[in-house]
Amino acid sequence: MTTNDLKPVPTIDPDSAPYWQALQEGRLILKSCSDCGKSHFYPRELCPHCHSDQLSWIDASGAGEVYSYTVCRRPAGPAFAEEVPYVVAIIELDEGPRMMSRILCEPELVSIGQRVTVRFEHQSDELTLPMFGLIN
Amino acid sequence: MGEAVIVGVAQEPLVRGVFANPASPLQAQARVAKAALAQAGLTLADVDGICTANMWGLPGAGMLPTITLSEYLGITPTLHDGSNLGGAAFEAHVAHAAMAIELGQADVVLIVYGSAQRSERSRNLGGRPANLTFQYETPWGLPTPVGGYALAAMRHMHEFGTKREDLAEVAVAARKWAALNPNAMQRGSLSIEDVLSAPPVCDPLGTLDCCLVTDGAGAVVMTRASHARSMNVRPVYVRGYGQAATHWTIAAAPDLARLVPAEIAGKRAMAMAGIGHNSIDLVQLYDSFTITVLMTLEALGFCRPGEGGEFVRNGTLAPGGAFPINTSGGGLSCCHPGMLGIFLLIEAVQQLRGEVEPERQVANVSTVLVHGTGGTLSSGATCILSVN
Repeated sequence: MTTNDLKPVPTIDPDSAPYWQALQEGRLILKSCSDCGKSHFYPRELCPHCHSDQLSWIDASGAGEVYSYTVCRRPAGPAFAEEVPYVVAIIELDEGPRMMSRILCEPELVSIGQRVTVRFEHQSDELTLPMFGLIN
Repeated sequence: MGEAVIVGVAQEPLVRGVFANPASPLQAQARVAKAALAQAGLTLADVDGICTANMWGLPGAGMLPTITLSEYLGITPTLHDGSNLGGAAFEAHVAHAAMAIELGQADVVLIVYGSAQRSERSRNLGGRPANLTFQYETPWGLPTPVGGYALAAMRHMHEFGTKREDLAEVAVAARKWAALNPNAMQRGSLSIEDVLSAPPVCDPLGTLDCCLVTDGAGAVVMTRASHARSMNVRPVYVRGYGQAATHWTIAAAPDLARLVPAEIAGKRAMAMAGIGHNSIDLVQLYDSFTITVLMTLEALGFCRPGEGGEFVRNGTLAPGGAFPINTSGGGLSCCHPGMLGIFLLIEAVQQLRGEVEPERQVANVSTVLVHGTGGTLSSGATCILSVN
């Protein structure tokens, strides 16, 4: 067993299945509301802004900026121990919603407001995670 | 009809953060329940309402905590409240108990909490199942809950120029209060430099920006003022309350540099009590992490948004400072058994009754604001307690 086998994997459900499937295909998708025009993350059954059920999936550009970040000097359990220090960030996508992710870079290079773009990181045959890289 | 009052509080003694007399979470809660009731000349047979929020017994007996506690205590309450707002739950329980008492739906309400997390070594930085809303966060490996608070601290520093030294002021003030409290876990001297040079956990927070991991149990007993008149105890009135929650996944926080739940809860509590900030003699607020205190002071309006760092500089919060808070030493230096909310209430009541050691007793305290924060800056619940 490697540490990768210990990593928590998402419990995919009917709400989230299209999102995770799209990542497998190299697309980052968001739910978008045709009533208020806003998109949101994570995907929900009702728009969290106006509570409409008139939602559809859109492809995100994959670009955004760092809203906040932290350099994890201690791991969230043994599964992540080999990776410290690593950068966990809140990314504000250009479409508006914020999402948590990793920024793949040396920790000292990150700052709030920096532009980032998505990188599809293959974890297993079932899982691709949307991580981000700095745009220089 | 009649006003709701607090008539009893008790907490279980700790030695170096563990129960002085070893106890399961249920044993510890039984002890504090009996002790808090006894202050008002009451017994468990008088209890007809029970409130708790818990981290013990999950999954298992803790899944229905008010029911398991009732069974263990041998009581049959007709009011159960297991509202779980995280560490802020107990301030919300005071509100719910007050409503029930004032409606005549309960006469004696027991609010109780207990945890043996330090004895059991049950806390860790990971381990949240990646299901439902957590499927979008757990896979990233953010240590919980500290990582969420670190994200807020980083944003607060970015927007307002808050310094790590400002955060450290909060930890140093807590330690100075703890040094005066024989029951506190960490009582040794602590400097700003000590906090800054402590091992980093999640930037910008180091180990000394984080609350302790201890055992602990506490109980609060409420009844109606007319009932309290026959008791040999100084009643503490519940003058106002409010609560709100905005998110649990940290990416869903509306604003990482503002504590929106505290803004809402505090405003409602102050409006209900009909008082302004000048009428509040002492504040007890949830110090899960140093950043929590800065953001709560701003959100409750004791200083302006973004000015928390400046506000706490030069020992403002410490003994002898202009704005004493968390006179027990708080979660940072006294105790933090997973949820702190009930201990804020207990300290507030003991200050109002003038029962703490003379060195810790704040002069002329008649109104205390208590504010709990739960989850990852997720929830807030405020109570305004007064002996007037």
